[in-house]
Amino acid sequence: MISEVLTPEPFFMLATLLFSIGLIGLISRRNLFVVYMSIELMLSSVNLVLVVFSRLRGDMGGSVMVLLMIAVIAAEAALFLAMIIQLVRSRRSVDSDDFAQLRQTKEQL
Amino acid sequence: MNSLNAIVLIPFFSALLLGLIYLVNPSKDRFSLYAGVGVLAPLLSAILVLMVGWDMMHQPEETVFHSKLFEWINLGEMDISVAFMVDRLSVVMLSFITFVGTAIHVYAVGYMKGDPGFGKFMSFFNLFMGSMLLLILADNPIIMFIGWELVGLCSYLLIGFYYKDPANVKAANKAFILNRIGDFGFIMALALLFLALEGNGYTFAAIEANLSMVDLSLLSLIGILLFVGAMGKSAQLPLYVWLPDAMAGPTPVSALIHAATMVTAGVYMVARFAFLYNEIPQVGEFIAIIGVTTALFAAVIAIYQNDIKKILAYSTMSQLGYMFVAVGLGAYSSGIFHVFTHAFFKALLFMGAGAVILALHHEQNIFKMGGLRKHLKLVYITMFIATLAISGIPPFAGFFSKDAILASAFASEHYVIWGIGTLTALLTAFYMFRMLFIVFFGDEDNKSKLEPLSKTITYPLVVLAFGSATAGFLGVNEAYGGDNLFSSFLALPDKALHLSHSSEYMLGALNVLMGLIGMGLAYKLFALNPKEPTGDSLWQRLAINKFYVDEVYEALLVQPLLQMSLFFDKVIDQKLFDGVVNYSVYGYRHAGSLFAQLQNGKVRYYALYIMIGVSMISLFMLTVIGGL
Repeated sequence: MISEVLTPEPFFMLATLLFSIGLIGLISRRNLFVVYMSIELMLSSVNLVLVVFSRLRGDMGGSVMVLLMIAVIAAEAALFLAMIIQLVRSRRSVDSDDFAQLRQTKEQL
Repeated sequence: MNSLNAIVLIPFFSALLLGLIYLVNPSKDRFSLYAGVGVLAPLLSAILVLMVGWDMMHQPEETVFHSKLFEWINLGEMDISVAFMVDRLSVVMLSFITFVGTAIHVYAVGYMKGDPGFGKFMSFFNLFMGSMLLLILADNPIIMFIGWELVGLCSYLLIGFYYKDPANVKAANKAFILNRIGDFGFIMALALLFLALEGNGYTFAAIEANLSMVDLSLLSLIGILLFVGAMGKSAQLPLYVWLPDAMAGPTPVSALIHAATMVTAGVYMVARFAFLYNEIPQVGEFIAIIGVTTALFAAVIAIYQNDIKKILAYSTMSQLGYMFVAVGLGAYSSGIFHVFTHAFFKALLFMGAGAVILALHHEQNIFKMGGLRKHLKLVYITMFIATLAISGIPPFAGFFSKDAILASAFASEHYVIWGIGTLTALLTAFYMFRMLFIVFFGDEDNKSKLEPLSKTITYPLVVLAFGSATAGFLGVNEAYGGDNLFSSFLALPDKALHLSHSSEYMLGALNVLMGLIGMGLAYKLFALNPKEPTGDSLWQRLAINKFYVDEVYEALLVQPLLQMSLFFDKVIDQKLFDGVVNYSVYGYRHAGSLFAQLQNGKVRYYALYIMIGVSMISLFMLTVIGGL
């Protein structure tokens, strides 16, 4: 069994690393495409954890669920890209800070 | 006895009717409607009172007629109804209130004719009649208290009737506020009484039956507190200062409310609680001392006044003092007898004064009058009769009642009270004849421009003059060959007093002598060449300025209260409480604007917040729930 050769810890470390990179990217970068990729990265890290647990427990249901999620993520990607195109058309910008209409203005305070 | 309900309700309904009609169109002149309805209501009540009195006369003396209008409060043992009762005391009070009241209503029609607020005035007047009858007929002290408050309200409304002058409004407020102080005593007394009786007595009859449940020291306190109520309403020391100022109202108001009826409510209340005051004679003595002090004090002030209505106001105070001497010493019938006779001659004096004031185009200073004897003959004769009555000259009404009071003070061995009372009788004759001589004698200087008086003004004077002359014969006691009809009809729990006929004659003669001395002095000093008091000596200055009581009250009570209120307003409220509230509001606003900066619309910050939130929840689950 793989589990005898490979311990799950490196996988968890990798997943944590990926998630952290994704999170930092999400928070610090402003380019919408980079933000989108960061989100995908975080999703993938979660998927990785799910697969590892699935293997650890010897229950293939988790792996099946991850495959389903990949399909959902692909669909979501199409949606996400379409939204980014709409945003770019409306503002001629891919900077996420340009889309800040929800903020509370000084007048509202 | 449905007529009892009607006696009270008729004036209330007519007040409501007049008020509504007036409110529909205040500026429209409906003189005959207002006058008709306004006079009819007390007249109907008077007729009904006569009928009730007729029934009462043919019943045994302890008969009480009851009538229940509706149940008001019925909670467990507390059972208070809007109910009326009439016994002999109430009948006497009712008879003169409705009779004199009707006469004054007629007079008011003449006096107030042409006033733009005539409808309002008649409405208030009828409201007052209803309230006063409610007070008298009340079956329990609560209803009595409601009547008591309502007459206070009417007094307030009518003193401030000419509300465009701020001085009148101030006088109205003064009367109202001083009465509240008295009413506080009254309601505290009722609360204590009801608590002490543990729900066993809400009506007068039940209170009387269960009075032994209350121990004597508490009963004394209740008696004193009740009298505090009477002090306010009946203008006794030290709560009297509102009455002279109350003369700001129209003269019929002074005649009806501040002379004949409302101010005697305190005397009536003490007589109504006679069963209670008989248990506590030391409180009765206190009442008598207050009464006689007031009588003397007011008489001294009255000597130096120059406003005709103020003189009468102080003389009312002085006479009320006599009444309290009587009820305080347990001579309830004598007190009520004086209330009865006083209503006639004092109402007459006020109405006569009103006629003079009207004839002279609202001149109230007696030193600007003079020589009116020939031109206002009828007013002169009627006022002369009233002055003789108040001065205690037989056979006019005041002699018999005042003599009865002083005789009871003498017989109960309160010689100081008797002495002061007798001295006050002299002063009474002096200041009353001083007023009469100055107004009607002396030289004539302002004759041509007299305003003619209508018949509705002069006829009531004649009616009341007849009453002032003869009302005293109802109470002639044995010594003078009568059979004391009045007090034997009243059947109040008077203290038995024994006085030999010879000493009775002595006292009577002394009173007459006092009256004649006062009259003679007044004639000598004022009949021919009256001089306005100038205030040369310290004593005169003191008396002219009413012993500076108003100023002392102002300095000792009003100003500290005002300053304290201002302190609480400007410092405690505005600085302390508002400060704390405003500071916390500032804090919230500041914190709010601080936190609002988090909401900057940038999606990546929101993502961060979400992550922080998720991390916190995870940490919580791991450490607290998971027990890591």
